[in-house]
Amino acid sequence: MTFFNHFGRYVLLLKSLFVRPEKTSIYWREIARQMVEIGVGSVGIVVIVSVFLGAVVTVQTAYQLTTPLISKSIIGSIAANSIILELAPTVTVLILAGKIGSNIASELGTMRISEQIDALEIMGVHSSAYLVLPKILASTLMIPLLVIISAFLSIYAGMWVGEFTGAVTKEDFMTGAIQYWIPFMANFALIKATTFGFIISSVSSYYGYYTEGGALEVGRSATRAVVVCCVLILLFDYILAQLLL
Amino acid sequence: MIEVQDLNKSFGAKQILKGISAVFEPGKCNLIIGASGSGKTVLMKSIVGLIPVNNGSIIYNHDTDFLNIDDAGRKELRKQIGMLFQGSALFDSLTVEKNVIFPLNMFTNMTFKEKMSRVNECLERVNLKEANKLYPNELSGGMKKRVGIARAIVMNPKYLFCDEPNSGLDPQTSIVIDKLIKDITDDYKITTIVNTHDMNSVMEIGDYVLFLYKGEKFWEGSRNEIMNATNQQLNDFIFAGRFFREIKEQNTKRLSEEKNK
Repeated sequence: MTFFNHFGRYVLLLKSLFVRPEKTSIYWREIARQMVEIGVGSVGIVVIVSVFLGAVVTVQTAYQLTTPLISKSIIGSIAANSIILELAPTVTVLILAGKIGSNIASELGTMRISEQIDALEIMGVHSSAYLVLPKILASTLMIPLLVIISAFLSIYAGMWVGEFTGAVTKEDFMTGAIQYWIPFMANFALIKATTFGFIISSVSSYYGYYTEGGALEVGRSATRAVVVCCVLILLFDYILAQLLL
Repeated sequence: MIEVQDLNKSFGAKQILKGISAVFEPGKCNLIIGASGSGKTVLMKSIVGLIPVNNGSIIYNHDTDFLNIDDAGRKELRKQIGMLFQGSALFDSLTVEKNVIFPLNMFTNMTFKEKMSRVNECLERVNLKEANKLYPNELSGGMKKRVGIARAIVMNPKYLFCDEPNSGLDPQTSIVIDKLIKDITDDYKITTIVNTHDMNSVMEIGDYVLFLYKGEKFWEGSRNEIMNATNQQLNDFIFAGRFFREIKEQNTKRLSEEKNK
């Protein structure tokens, strides 16, 4: 299939989500369940990734700033800005694309090949709206929250590692972080996180929903979903930076 | 009643269904038989709208043209359809009870008590009283099929479709499933269509049998007529096994002896 075939089918899938739900309460319940699965279920990996990202960026920044002419507080500034602008919303989300993307694609792919999606259609349920819409809404809402958690944890971990290694005191780190703080950076990070949340859930759903074949194809769909999500996240990272900064 | 007229379906250059016409009457077990790859599943999935056809017509209940109704109409009609899939298609993440209650939750305003009463009634109907809290991966093949039937009949459908209900089951369990399908058809007077290549099913429940060969309708009749059918492809299919071949030979011998007398 060509790029245009995929893109056309992806747009049609998104268009098919805008239907009147069979029963709104069931859709709300499904959204809540997906929020728990996508949001709460990803907190563990976000904590681990964020702590190490914050620690590493602080240590590496301190390693490069050896001249006594530059204030130590600049380490806090560079680390915090890097974390908020790029590491929390992009690197963390790339990790989440692997976890959430493969999960969504394999779940829908398995439902497709085991005829569970056909069973929903036969019952009169709008399968794409019931299965895909809650995932997209949950992901678009929960990933920005995960990114906020990630940013706080990374900065906190960076501050403590700076103190622990003697590279920069906690006070200097926080002085630098606050001194060069631009509020728009937080908005920018959230815009990126929301966009990436939508990309992860919609692209993974697309690959899962249109899986054809057997168990092997489910694995392939999951792999393709993660690869395409990662590429699109990097592409939109650049586009958003170019447009908004 | 479901009436199929001149149904054609191709996948690319390969034509799978070639001008199929048939009438599936209510209160009867209508069987679609044929070798693997003869187009049985494609025909069934076309009738329920899971596979779009190239041309032809599918008329439900004398007046509803399934291929020319809007989405809302199709959705309404589907609420009257129950389907048992080849692999049962139970929702893995839900218990037996939740699988069966799913359509009721989605489409009715019944109270929880009423819904549970209906679920238990359906599970009792398929002899699965104690399985409410089990997950599909804890069930045997036969139990999964029975849960699939319970889920298919929970909304009191007018039409029941069963795609290879006996595939992967032992002969004894197959007979239980066949009997269940037959009883449900008789009790609720619904139009049942069963895809099968199990000859025991044909002989047990085949009120009307449609034989497909390479996507074409080659024969139609009842299970009583099948023993004396002269269609070569049908005979090759039906009497491929030694058991049925011997029955056929005995039957032919008996008929010729009766004729000579």
